[in-house]
Amino acid sequence: MHFETDVLVIGAGGAGMYAAIEAARGGARVLIADRSLIGRGGATIMAQMTVAVAVGEEVPDHWEHHYADTLAAGRGLCDPDLARLLCEEGPEVIREMDAWGVGWARTEGKTGPMKQAFAPGHDRPRCVYVDFLNTGPAVSKTLRTRLIRMPEIRRIGDLLVTELVLRDRKCVGATALHLATGGPVTISAAATVVATGGLTRLYQRNSASANMSGDGYALCLAAGAELVDMEFVQFFPIGHLAPRLIGMDPIMWDPFRYKLGGRLLNGNREGFVEKYGAVDNGKYVVTRDLATYAIIKEVEAGRGSPHGGAWLSFEHCSEAELRAAGGPVIDRLAKNGIDLTKQAIEVAPIAHYHMGGVRADTSMATRVPGLYVAGEAVGGANGANRLSGNAITEALVFGRKAGRSAAARAKSAGKARAGEAAFRESAARLNEGNATRDLNPAAMIEELQALMQKEAGPFRTGEGLARALGRIAAMSESLPAVKPPAGKPYDTELADWLDLSTMLSAARCVASSALTRTESRGAHQREDFPGMDPAWQKNQVIA
Amino acid sequence: MSAIAQLRITRGTQGEASRVEIHEVPFEPGQSVLDALRWIRAHRDPSLAIRYSCTSANTCKECMVSVDGKTVYACTARLEAREMNVAPLPNKRLIRDLVTEIAPPDERLGREQESR
Repeated sequence: MHFETDVLVIGAGGAGMYAAIEAARGGARVLIADRSLIGRGGATIMAQMTVAVAVGEEVPDHWEHHYADTLAAGRGLCDPDLARLLCEEGPEVIREMDAWGVGWARTEGKTGPMKQAFAPGHDRPRCVYVDFLNTGPAVSKTLRTRLIRMPEIRRIGDLLVTELVLRDRKCVGATALHLATGGPVTISAAATVVATGGLTRLYQRNSASANMSGDGYALCLAAGAELVDMEFVQFFPIGHLAPRLIGMDPIMWDPFRYKLGGRLLNGNREGFVEKYGAVDNGKYVVTRDLATYAIIKEVEAGRGSPHGGAWLSFEHCSEAELRAAGGPVIDRLAKNGIDLTKQAIEVAPIAHYHMGGVRADTSMATRVPGLYVAGEAVGGANGANRLSGNAITEALVFGRKAGRSAAARAKSAGKARAGEAAFRESAARLNEGNATRDLNPAAMIEELQALMQKEAGPFRTGEGLARALGRIAAMSESLPAVKPPAGKPYDTELADWLDLSTMLSAARCVASSALTRTESRGAHQREDFPGMDPAWQKNQVIA
Repeated sequence: MSAIAQLRITRGTQGEASRVEIHEVPFEPGQSVLDALRWIRAHRDPSLAIRYSCTSANTCKECMVSVDGKTVYACTARLEAREMNVAPLPNKRLIRDLVTEIAPPDERLGREQESR
């Protein structure tokens, strides 16, 4: 099946949906494709917390203050132009979302000033949000409602893009596997926007959806674009580990800790962060990197909690305090059989966000003509460490910009589109394969996730990274001979095989960049090279 | 001996007779039915078709299946150390195994959209 469109948007999270809306407003016909359901499968919908933006309604603010905080968090590695774009245009997109009825929390009624919450790393309260823990779902729903109202936008789910297609080194569209039928779909477009999110699925413990396999990085790299800052994966120190909770986001303990503190204890039920130079006192003041380090070291020393993390205890809090802090979440915990006044839960560092990504200019153009990126797929704006609250702002600002640029390119291209013939080879690659193979790609994905968690996680060594690269190379080598052919409806083995190829490509980029960077900076911590090295105040680029 | 959940899973594609496969899964209190299905894919049979994105936050709403005749989200349905019947949604078009057509009609690929 073949389609022609002005603008193809790959990925229907916050960035992709905003890009599609903006491209359509710019006069383009748009096709937005997602491997999952439209507006349901990305990272945006899972965001519970806050959106950093200098709206200055409750407390005076200016984008330049937000910009200064973003640069400071990025430890000298932010792309200043991208960081500035994020901060400067943030208020516009937040106000547009407000006009579309997202429902930002306000100090009074429906027209009072927007509330601004404080988050670590900001010089003042700067974060808007939607109550209660509903920011991501509200943002997704608002954008999806706009999309549906625009007849210029065609929405297609279950499309897993496998290749960006080039002609004369320009991106002319993409080839995808249509999961529901198992057949290839080709899409010819004057401009393509990649908005596929990050790569947190590379890690055994992660906070994002199963769709965050690094697809966009692998697709763009194969098409000739550059990747930047790939070594910088942000870990969240107290992701939920055990007991198994259902229907809850693993980063749920953050708001509790903001409000109540909570005690981090090792497997012997002793406080331990103080041993690593932190002052905790049951308050939530230990920085994320130190908490992560302390938990990992206790586990290594055989003092972890039963599932390999640390205990987080609120047992000293009264039921009334817990209810005031958690509201309806206390009932959901009760349904899971958890009473925080009587038991501690187990937490561990989990992969949360990726600072690196595809290199783009402030129009969101990559170095491949016709290829644009948006959202977490973009690298550089956050440098070595992302400031709390910048991810949704980035999705919306970069999505809008990419949509605008893509529509302008489509307009200047007129009616010229690559014909179906340009897509034949990539469709054939999807169809070919070995139907009689012995392979469990789902098990191999778990193996890769365990490998990355151990060797390329929050703390790294040269030896561990070299081991990771060796294993990644061996796994990559074994893959081509066992590719399942396309053709079966909802063939999860083929989908897993495609994801594994993508994940291995992204994993190699993370591990090789991490091995080369012989210093510790922001989210990249090398045990064999502690401390920042001024000579390393530079960005690594992979092409 | 550690506890076991026994899943009786209805499998097949459209136009073929469905079959029931039995899988035994190590049981840990608090697990979801989705956890068990993912375990089967990684340790027993990767060809078992299921769909999900968010894994456990219950935001994507993709993992709807029938458990013991009731429509549930596999990510919030609790696994139990007993025999459980897992089947595709009875009122949706079957795609494969536990995957049914749940996308809104105008977000599917239909014949009418084929290339001119």
